[in-house]
Amino acid sequence: MEDVGQADRAVRRRPIGEGGRLLNEALEASRKLFEETGRYQGVDDLAIKKTDPIRYEKIWSRLRGALVGARETALNISASPIVREIGELCFALYTPEGDSITLSTGIIAHVHTMSDTIKYMVSSEYETNPGISPGDIFVNNDPRLGDVHNADVMEILPIFWEGELIGWAAGVTHEIDVGAPQPTAMPQGNTSRFEDGWILSCHKVGTDDRLFADYERRCHSAVRLPFYWIMDEKCRIAGCQLIRGAVLRLVEEIGVDTYRRITREFIEDTRRSFVAHVKEVLVPGVYEVPSFLDLTHSVDAGRMPAYAAVDSLVHMPLVIRVGVDGSFGLDLDGASKWGYHSSNCTPSGVQGGLWVGLTQVLAHHDKVNDGAYLATTFNTPYGTWANPDNPSVSNTRSWSLLIPTFTGLFRAAGQAYASRGYLEEVLAGYANGNVMQGGGRNHYGQEGAWTNFEMSSEGISAGSVRDGEHCCAAVINPEGDMGDVEAWELLEPLLYLGRRLRPSSAGMGKHRGGSGFESIRMIYNTPSQFMFNGGNGHTFHGNGLFGGYPGSSLYRHSIKNTDIKERIAKGLPYPVADQDPEASEMSAHANGMNLRDQNMWHHGDAHTEYDLYLSLQCGGHGCGDVLERPPEKVIDDLNDRLLLPRFAESAYGVVAIRGPDDKWQLDAMATEAKRQAIRKQRLARSVSVEDWIAKERSRVQKADYIEPVRKMFRESLALSEAWSARYRQFWNLPEGWTT
Amino acid sequence: MTSYTKATIGDLVDGKLPWHALKEMMSNFKDPDRFDKYVAVLQERASWPEKILLPLGPHLFIVKKADGSIVVKSSSGYEFGDYRRNWKLKARIFVRDTEELYREIYPALMHADPQWMEMREYYDPIDGTLLEIEVVPPGYPILHTFQPDLEGFYRDWLKRPLG
Repeated sequence: MEDVGQADRAVRRRPIGEGGRLLNEALEASRKLFEETGRYQGVDDLAIKKTDPIRYEKIWSRLRGALVGARETALNISASPIVREIGELCFALYTPEGDSITLSTGIIAHVHTMSDTIKYMVSSEYETNPGISPGDIFVNNDPRLGDVHNADVMEILPIFWEGELIGWAAGVTHEIDVGAPQPTAMPQGNTSRFEDGWILSCHKVGTDDRLFADYERRCHSAVRLPFYWIMDEKCRIAGCQLIRGAVLRLVEEIGVDTYRRITREFIEDTRRSFVAHVKEVLVPGVYEVPSFLDLTHSVDAGRMPAYAAVDSLVHMPLVIRVGVDGSFGLDLDGASKWGYHSSNCTPSGVQGGLWVGLTQVLAHHDKVNDGAYLATTFNTPYGTWANPDNPSVSNTRSWSLLIPTFTGLFRAAGQAYASRGYLEEVLAGYANGNVMQGGGRNHYGQEGAWTNFEMSSEGISAGSVRDGEHCCAAVINPEGDMGDVEAWELLEPLLYLGRRLRPSSAGMGKHRGGSGFESIRMIYNTPSQFMFNGGNGHTFHGNGLFGGYPGSSLYRHSIKNTDIKERIAKGLPYPVADQDPEASEMSAHANGMNLRDQNMWHHGDAHTEYDLYLSLQCGGHGCGDVLERPPEKVIDDLNDRLLLPRFAESAYGVVAIRGPDDKWQLDAMATEAKRQAIRKQRLARSVSVEDWIAKERSRVQKADYIEPVRKMFRESLALSEAWSARYRQFWNLPEGWTT
Repeated sequence: MTSYTKATIGDLVDGKLPWHALKEMMSNFKDPDRFDKYVAVLQERASWPEKILLPLGPHLFIVKKADGSIVVKSSSGYEFGDYRRNWKLKARIFVRDTEELYREIYPALMHADPQWMEMREYYDPIDGTLLEIEVVPPGYPILHTFQPDLEGFYRDWLKRPLG
């Protein structure tokens, strides 16, 4: 009797790469060619570009257009406001080896994480087991194989031409829920990945363009809101199918040999463009742009193991080296150790963060693909949060470290642009904001979970020649918007009582950052809801440039057991704004138990119906000395309620008086005198840096800091000899000194 | 090839370009002669004669002195010493490391906790201009934010002798 199973397996083992090669042989050959030549696939001559540049650009535009079109069409299939409203999705097209050729708009951090995923499947010989055939569907959300965190779920479809795999179409969306024990898609305070929720590690979930029934069944049981998961899955599959169709139509027209050749030229062309652009706009040298984030899990004592319920300060010591050869190297040497928290990253996640930063600040030239990745290097030291030596760490909140890390990239580029005179490009980093999440029984009576993505609209930082824009975008999604309140209220059992610009959230400077905003939420139509915060509380997120102040930091504020229900019944005022923490309108118009501190990282905090929750989004950082801001602009900021009145004089040195129409007016003479007085005060109360170092050294020797700071130094000193040597040299400390 | 007049670059430096012109500048190909025109604009405005080799910011410049030495100099005329050393080491410093000092410029709760992070303000010793800010944990070494490879920049990118 014929063994059908064996015959079938033999067919599946048939190599599907170009020229009858195994895919991993093709991948290895590609790596070797790059190592030997420094050029993608060894491509020397951009023959098609050179001989027929119009055709070259037309084919590029056709592919790029197909990707953008696929995204715009497919997002309408999703039911999730995160995808439909905020646009937390993207699609990309890859070579058989997993190198991105072109991409759609959207959360393009994943262009390289999906590349890592494909390379993992290729190098793991997926063509043998579980097999790769036309119509197969693969899913991944495992950060160890290629992702930032498991909330981002990717669909990957192979593209075949006459039995040969000629590429991959892939798409990613951010999920509302991933079935984690804590009810949210990005739970925090997890001590291991086993608390992160559903993780699919490059699973084959369908064939013949249909999902396996057992996978669909599992979708219904693995997450709280399967409707959203399934519709997002269909959105991703549809987008990939649209891309696959566009590629096959193109191949039919131009031939597979030309398709292979031109896609390789696109990538090599982009690599060369990136190097040329580095030389065109930057300055070679070393840029030191570290960031820091406080994690505050001591408030979770009793809910987390004692070794994890601690406060930590995480060190992100980004150094960027630009070589005269156009090389662009990033280095996190000296970074903190991984921790029993959910903010750890994988090298793939770090590359994702770099991608989304680079494409906004430097790699936005003409074509965007993995050519830019090939032109950069990144050191993520083993054992640190960026490359943990413990495979079980949690990754759900990786972005909390990636976002501050890469604000340094913007500052470094801003410094270089300012030196070259490209002042129109200078941006003093970007802002951060509260990650508002929650879960529990929702207003439809289901177990629910939600992440509100209004944090996609932070204030933008200032530049050398302009103020930042208000509530504009976020580094995670440069095209983001805050979403309509009605859309969020469909998903979340909370009402918006108010949403408005937040005064003094923007960093001050000659040019001020754009303002962030505040939202007042009221738990409604549910008996209870676990609420989360997230963001920088005890630390600033990044910094301004050239003397500009950083945007504000964050705090949490809830009022529990309120009298709001009675107020509504009696027609009494209720809070629609907060505005000033020193004269909180929220507290003034609601009686109850106020919880207000800077502990932004905590397990889900129980709220009940009619409780209030304040969510703050930061403003951008400032640029330049505050005393150089034209006083009239400070007056405008006062009248626009962007600046709390007391800071006009104390920070900007602008004396403002209220006119009869209640508008602020400038007292020019008093302002001039005040500014002169501030300059004198600066010199009077400052000291020479040499004197300050001598005095500060004794504190350093005693390590006279709070424990999270001591721990941060201890870890960096232990994990990096080079960082340790620089630290000791600066403070003139003996060999082997530690905290 | 994209190019702008020196007057336009002067308006850019002054923040006088209207948004549509600034946006067009962002979207356009970069003008390869920008650096020279930019430095020329800044040189004309400098109150001292030393040649600007590389601007570091609105008030700081790497300049070549008559004796051939290359130093960091501010718009006020203060010299911070050899450009390869961190200019901050010769600046004035003021550290906001208490709630009270933070509250001069931020509302309560909207600034870093001074036990976790202090704010260092670096001033020009002559005119008190706020040149740069650092926000770092106490005990963190002073940042050498930018160490340009000046020789390489001139030799390999600008393709002309330094100075």
